[in-house]
Amino acid sequence: MFLQQLINGITLGCVYALIALGYTMVYGILQLINFAHGEIYMLGAYLGVIGLALLQAIHFAPSSPLVLVLTLALFAALIAALWGITIERLAYRPLRGAGRLAPLIAALGISIVLQNFVMHSQGAREKIFPALWAGSGYIFGNTRVSAVQLLIIITSAVMMVGLTLLVQKTRIGTAMRATAQDRVMAQLCGIDANMIIAITFAIGSALAGIAGVLIAAYYGMINFYIGYQAGLKAFAAAVLGGIGTIPGAMLGGLLLGLVEAFGAGYLSSQYKDVYAFLILILFLIFRPGGLLGEQLAEKV
Amino acid sequence: MGANDADSPQGAANGVKDDSVAADHRRAFEALGAVALTGAITLPFTGLIGSLAIAVAAGLFQYYSSGDASHIKRGSWQPIAVPQIVRTLHPKLKGAIAAVFLLLLPLLLLQRYQIEVLTLGLLYATLAIGLNYIVGLCGLLVLGYIAFYAIGAYAYALLNLHFGIGLFAAWPLAMLAGALAGLLVGLPVMRLRGDYLAIVTLGFGEIVRIVLNNWDAVTAGPNGIMGIARPSLFGWKLTSPSAYYILALLLTCVAFYTQSRMIKSRIGRAWEAIREDELAAAHCGVPVVKMKLLAMAMGGLWAGAAGALFASRMTHVSPESFTFLESVLVLCMVVLGGMGNPIGVSVGAVSLIVLPELLRGAAGYRMLAFGLLLVLAMRYRREGFLPMRRLKLAGGN
Repeated sequence: MFLQQLINGITLGCVYALIALGYTMVYGILQLINFAHGEIYMLGAYLGVIGLALLQAIHFAPSSPLVLVLTLALFAALIAALWGITIERLAYRPLRGAGRLAPLIAALGISIVLQNFVMHSQGAREKIFPALWAGSGYIFGNTRVSAVQLLIIITSAVMMVGLTLLVQKTRIGTAMRATAQDRVMAQLCGIDANMIIAITFAIGSALAGIAGVLIAAYYGMINFYIGYQAGLKAFAAAVLGGIGTIPGAMLGGLLLGLVEAFGAGYLSSQYKDVYAFLILILFLIFRPGGLLGEQLAEKV
Repeated sequence: MGANDADSPQGAANGVKDDSVAADHRRAFEALGAVALTGAITLPFTGLIGSLAIAVAAGLFQYYSSGDASHIKRGSWQPIAVPQIVRTLHPKLKGAIAAVFLLLLPLLLLQRYQIEVLTLGLLYATLAIGLNYIVGLCGLLVLGYIAFYAIGAYAYALLNLHFGIGLFAAWPLAMLAGALAGLLVGLPVMRLRGDYLAIVTLGFGEIVRIVLNNWDAVTAGPNGIMGIARPSLFGWKLTSPSAYYILALLLTCVAFYTQSRMIKSRIGRAWEAIREDELAAAHCGVPVVKMKLLAMAMGGLWAGAAGALFASRMTHVSPESFTFLESVLVLCMVVLGGMGNPIGVSVGAVSLIVLPELLRGAAGYRMLAFGLLLVLAMRYRREGFLPMRRLKLAGGN
């Protein structure tokens, strides 16, 4: 029971962490809560289903399900990145420097638009994602780790290591960190801040798209409103870890996944959505900087 | 892009092996459908433009087709041009004329449906005025406002169910419950930055909804509480739509009057100072925490009052009336109407309730149009349609 919940919690936590990274990166640079981010994740799940249909239409049938899922993830990541850039360009960039309320409301609007657009174009009923590894898995004692869980954990780990390397070691990463610290100064040093912001949105959205494909493969069923709850929880994870810090988002995501799995397993599964929000509220009240964030005072 | 195509990716995804000709045709068709859908979903720009086109087309179609909307008289909602003479009238006289006109409106609108829509609009106007204290005047972004409405509604429902208390006796209690909830949420989070406050209140709203949905012993779970009494006044039961309209109108008027008086008072100026620059306000001696808490309590109070009236009007409350989307709707009324201006937010509330009713039947698409409206309004008219005018200093130069 304990080990099983641990595995379930880590799987869920990895998905939350992937989504939380997008929130935290955008917040780090723009101080914007990108409410539409959860919907990008939902789009990612739909892109997985659509990609599968496309692959079958062109009679492309890879021998192993692993290659199939990774192809779908790549497809979803690319398209989701395009969505991210477009939304930033159309809805957020014109509102830069307009205070905090305006971009937040625009983000809410985008989120409503995406949900309803997908509902109308794809139908309100649930979509099935076929089980790719029927019945397989690894059994340790009475704990079962399914192939999809393993895939989710490994993919997320690779993504997170890759992102950390990108941010810490490359020129783009350096530019991103500089823009997050002081956008005007970065621009004076010759960094194209608009480009960096677009890249940030693209990376965050790509990660959310991949998370969507992974969750579609995990649950086997998706609908147009999965983005709302997952988005909120991922945001909670980002705050938990300290919003604006990349390792914080990963840690927060894992913690939140574990809390939810253990809460549902040992306390009451009816209230599993409450735990995440309760922890979020407690953290914001007593340690608003999160676990790894700086404890900042309000800027004058 | 219709609902017929919706199943194609799934059908193809299932990959059913079938060698008959018909199946071949079907598969080809599904592939084609999938390609068309992919075109729409995978190209972000076309997707956004496409959704705009869907919303506009659905709206236009609904407006010009004589089908579903035939029960609404065309042109009955035409905005009335304000004649010059009205502008020269004394403000109090103007207010009185408006009040009498609004009171007599149920006599002019003979259709029950129109009166009911307006009643709902007034209920939301009260909510919007309440949220205006918090967001518009004090500048605190609260995203779970509907929780206070839910608390008011359930407070009246439970009081009525267990103690048989009528609406007029329970009203102050429901308002008190809403105000206390506002304080309860406000107290621990006063030090938080703007967007953190938004998230905490959002979490609070979700928790309230989930608890209402699961606490079967008290709230009867997802089914909600049924058989709530309608109000009665000196033995006369108020059941007609017009009676509810007048009740809602009175509530809105009281809320409106209280707010316009408060804006002109010292408290109102303190709120505005906090909204513009909290630090500067604190240094000028404004008791920031007290004022913020007062704004939260006032917001909760009016939400509680509106909630109680809502419960008695529906005679049934259930958690599904209090979703996050409702919070967003009220916030949009405040922001689109004009933050800080009670007239603006009331007009915003009534129009956001009435306009979608005009596009009834396009019901599915109105949320799409709504989201786009939010984005466009932020882009082109950030201060709302009837923005707040600055107060003039008395005897200023």
